Amino acid sequence: MSIIAARKDSSAAAQAAEKTRTAGPAGSAGDPDGTTTAQPASADRPATRGQVDITNVRKSFGATEVLKGVSLSVPPGGVAVIVGPSGSGKSTLLRTINHLEKVDGGYITIDGELVGYEVRGNKLHELREKDILKQRTHIGMVFQSFNLFPHLTALENVIEAPIVAQKRSKAEARKRGLELLDRVGLKDRAGAYPRQLSGGQQQRVAIARALALDPKILLFDEPTSALDPELVNEVLDVIRELAKSGTTLIVVTHEMGFARDVADTVVFMDQGQIVESGTPQEIFANPREERTRSFFSKVIEPAFNI
Amino acid sequence: MSAIAPPATAETAPPTPDYSDYQLVPARHPWRWVGTVLVAAGVAAIAWSLVTNPRWEWGVVAEWFTAQSVVNGLIETLKLTAISGVLGFVLGFILALMRLSSSPLLVSVSWTFSWIFRSTPLLVQLLLWYNLGYLYEKISLGIPFTDVRFFEAQTTTLISQFAAAVLGLTLNQAAYSAEIIRGGILSVDQGQLEAASALGIPAWKRSTRIVLPQAMRAILPNAFNEIIGLVKGTSIVYVLAYSELFYTVQVIYNRTQQVLPLLLVATLWYVVITSVLSVFQYYIERHFSKGALRTLPLTPLQKARKFFTTHVAASPTKDAR
Ligand SMILES: Nc1ncnc2c1ncn2[C@@H]1O[C@H](COP(=O)(O)OP(=O)(O)O)[C@@H](O)[C@H]1O
Ligand SMILES: [Mg+2]
Repeated sequence: MSIIAARKDSSAAAQAAEKTRTAGPAGSAGDPDGTTTAQPASADRPATRGQVDITNVRKSFGATEVLKGVSLSVPPGGVAVIVGPSGSGKSTLLRTINHLEKVDGGYITIDGELVGYEVRGNKLHELREKDILKQRTHIGMVFQSFNLFPHLTALENVIEAPIVAQKRSKAEARKRGLELLDRVGLKDRAGAYPRQLSGGQQQRVAIARALALDPKILLFDEPTSALDPELVNEVLDVIRELAKSGTTLIVVTHEMGFARDVADTVVFMDQGQIVESGTPQEIFANPREERTRSFFSKVIEPAFNI
Repeated sequence: MSAIAPPATAETAPPTPDYSDYQLVPARHPWRWVGTVLVAAGVAAIAWSLVTNPRWEWGVVAEWFTAQSVVNGLIETLKLTAISGVLGFVLGFILALMRLSSSPLLVSVSWTFSWIFRSTPLLVQLLLWYNLGYLYEKISLGIPFTDVRFFEAQTTTLISQFAAAVLGLTLNQAAYSAEIIRGGILSVDQGQLEAASALGIPAWKRSTRIVLPQAMRAILPNAFNEIIGLVKGTSIVYVLAYSELFYTVQVIYNRTQQVLPLLLVATLWYVVITSVLSVFQYYIERHFSKGALRTLPLTPLQKARKFFTTHVAASPTKDAR
């Protein structure tokens, strides 16, 4: 008796989920009283913030130089995809952008503001922890291993930083959190704990969590590498949507099809250096460098053609 | 396909007999029964001897169990446990954070603290604190190496038996709980801190809101072990002639010579305290396992309720009548 009731319940919930999922985007797009204007629905909204400039960044771990003078610019709303062999320094570069990793040389600016440092005289002094944390709230990050907080529900994960780091009211944060979960198709799972979610769902929650601070820039470090193949697309689809939203994206990935579809700029890194960068057309179809060519010949299956 | 299959198999394989009228009989476990009977007999024998052997003097136990002096001793024991337990874990938490910090000075101070207090017998620590007046006649608070004093007092008036007991138990407890808390914190995945920093969450909130709640799962079983140990560990302060539960029953049996029954009185109270703590432990651990288990198991109360709703409510005729 109770088993049947439970089944009924769950199927009803599933139906409701379907409904919210199909109704979600239309509903939020037509919603005129959206108080937070940070959710640009249209693709043609000109992005005005999120310019990233990385200038000659160097980083060593002990004796090994992991970044050997990397420079890269991403315009506001741009989508840069970084590819390259394992150990080439992609994650390290990404982590320097929000100062999770300190640089040994060079500097990074976001909309002209130095990340992690301030100018005093002719020196760059590292900022205090408090100011660094404030800068980080403008930079969302999504990790390969999700790193959701397992003791908090999906919604609690999303609203933690707005409440603790930005001191927003709980009610406001919850409202916005549910909107974001809806946007990644998980409104009906708001009360679930991470361990009750599939890998793809967890990563979508992690994306909603990164979006909750309304960042100018989103960093993705191999967001689909820990996922079963059939779950990769649900996460990539969410990132595709974000690419149209006017937020600057910097994505490290091995999904070449995704890079080709979504990137404005594809950056190929090897041994701590940017070997070459360009549009997907240029990089995939006519790589100038031998290293780029040999990397693609290994990672792109023969059936993949441009 | 299925239309062709039956005649084809009918020729090759023998027809399957029809078992639909047979009754299902579960496997029997004779040895489980033998074991159960033996254990039950043993338990019964012990219970029987406890009840019938007059030397346990249950009458005396009952007489003293709720006597005013015993209850007063019990309250002192609870007081000592609560105060030194709480202070010990707070100090232990600070020591654990110091030990995990990146300041070499804080790390070595914390390490040295644990080293000293874990190396000296608690008995010695207690006696030292109590006799601090012998070592330092006055205790004063002021600016070091100057004559400025905000506060000054005779050590002997400051360090009462109670103060010595709390001081000794707290510092000793802190040394052990620091290690337990540190172990718990280390068990939390590094990625959690990284994700929290990337979200701009301040360091203190990272510790209290992200790391500690997860560390609690590893900390709690050991912490309750410590607290339960502390309940009985307080009995060591009898060396200070501090009238907690154990010292109280000693005083009584020295007077009445009813040694065993009075030890039993103290023991029964310790059992009661431990049992209550175990119930707390169960529910607190359950609280902190939120999100760690896919589904929380039912509590004993929920199990009982479920049992009654399924087995008792299943016969609604009783209610109808
Ligand atoms: N914290 C660290 N300490 C020491 N070496 C590190 C650390 N992080 C990364 N490395 C090394 O730096 C190199 C680049 O690493 P990473 O940026 O993770 O590469 P990728 O993400 O491209 O695979 C690797 O050789 C790695 O072993
Ligand atoms: Mg990497």
